[in-house]
Amino acid sequence: MTIKGKAYIAGIYEHPTRKADDKSLAQLHAEVAKGALEDAGLTRADVDGFFCAGDAPGLGPLSLVDYMGLKVRHMDTTETGGSSYVIHVGHAAHAIAAGKCSVALITLAGRPRAEGMATGTAPRNYGSAAPDVQFEYPFGPTVVNMYAMAAQRHMHEFGTTSAQLAWIKVAASHHAQHNPHALLREVVTVDDVVNSPMIADPLHRLDCCVITDGGGALVVVSPEVAKRVQRPRVRLLGAGEAPKHQMGGKIDLTYTGAARSGALAFAEAGVTPADIKYVSIYDSFTITVLICLEDLGFCPKGGGGRFVEDGNLISGRGRLPFNTDGGGLCNNHPANRGGMTKVIEAVRQLRGEAHPKVQVPNCGLALVHGTGGSLGTRHGSATVILEQE
Amino acid sequence: MAPPKAPKERAYPAPEPNPETKRFWEAAAQGQLLVKKCLACGEVHYYPRALCPFCGSDRTDWQPASGRGTVYSWSVMRRAETPYAIAYVTLDEGVTMMTNLVDCDLDGIRIGQKVRVVWKPTEGGPPLPAFTPA
Repeated sequence: MTIKGKAYIAGIYEHPTRKADDKSLAQLHAEVAKGALEDAGLTRADVDGFFCAGDAPGLGPLSLVDYMGLKVRHMDTTETGGSSYVIHVGHAAHAIAAGKCSVALITLAGRPRAEGMATGTAPRNYGSAAPDVQFEYPFGPTVVNMYAMAAQRHMHEFGTTSAQLAWIKVAASHHAQHNPHALLREVVTVDDVVNSPMIADPLHRLDCCVITDGGGALVVVSPEVAKRVQRPRVRLLGAGEAPKHQMGGKIDLTYTGAARSGALAFAEAGVTPADIKYVSIYDSFTITVLICLEDLGFCPKGGGGRFVEDGNLISGRGRLPFNTDGGGLCNNHPANRGGMTKVIEAVRQLRGEAHPKVQVPNCGLALVHGTGGSLGTRHGSATVILEQE
Repeated sequence: MAPPKAPKERAYPAPEPNPETKRFWEAAAQGQLLVKKCLACGEVHYYPRALCPFCGSDRTDWQPASGRGTVYSWSVMRRAETPYAIAYVTLDEGVTMMTNLVDCDLDGIRIGQKVRVVWKPTEGGPPLPAFTPA
């Protein structure tokens, strides 16, 4: 069963907060849900499907539908870290196409800043029952050094440079200057990035995304519901998801699950990379964007460094505008999970509602890609392709 | 004259063995690095599992590894109380494992470097297989 044309994104909302000392986690979920439903012109009573992931408190959907007072007939809690919400879009379309729900609400929220979490630099112990933990955690894997090992290997195999990676942050900062909610609005240069402190070789501080509180929500609806929603219509054309892992010790850090998830999404949508006018790519680190651009087919494997150079990702200047809200590198990275905000900015672009300084002219087709987990160990890749109808 | 300052080393957290991996850590305590080999398909895998991740067979057996390998990738965690090098090392047996590179100049590590296993004591658990330049 294809989901092509079977679902629309009718509502989006990105919480404006970047530090939520005075809000609870459940409250943030409810606030973004309210925002996305108002954006769509729908109400809580219309919601009959609910989607959330590992950032949800308590028993996930049970705790949140209880808190929000929702009555739903379909739930999905697929958890692949920060790419979960991109996967949820595809799953919502499947559920809608199968008649399981007609208005699916997807929420994400978190408050790592308020909680003082050492997001990227402290080793995370997922518990001794996780089969990999005893063979990895004692060695001190962190979010940054795991992505750093992928970057190091990419540099070794393909000659990618720190300056090339820096162009990704530079492009994000050019976009963030126009976003009043962005955490970092200052335009930076390649020199600023490569001269920022080394966190884990070869990744500098400015190769890393921001840590923020907040969240976001999406409302995915059936074609029938979409007809009565008074918003520009954004239709789902294709979706793909793929795990990538260590393959029993045959580790290859030069590619990601995007090679598979992207191919699936393009095949379902019936379009090619050359057709895409705008991309939202989860930018946990600069290297994440570079490798995913290759794997999605926007440039050859190993050519990512040359592709992103000289502002090629800057809206109005380069060939492939990306993350025009400033992305995770500059704008927002709520709950340490970047997939949600990627979908939101792509919908803004397709509606023509991005900031005028970064709006892509005639933006009819957009790709969203998320990487959840770690490039260095195991991750879930998710790609969706959306069109302006 | 004060004795030369020994390079600082981070404290290694203890791995938590379970019934499936007890043998690996018992061998570690004897200074022997083990990998798993599948008796059905012949593939060697790491980290060790009871069931082969390549063919699904439950006929897997422990096999001593040479303890020699090559650096596949590495990163020095500079933003830590004591900077340390994490790495993937590809063993001569063909599998790549996460480890630390120790007892060496952290600024001299290179991909492709030949390394050998050394065992590092942990806080109340079996020793960890780390690697140092061969």
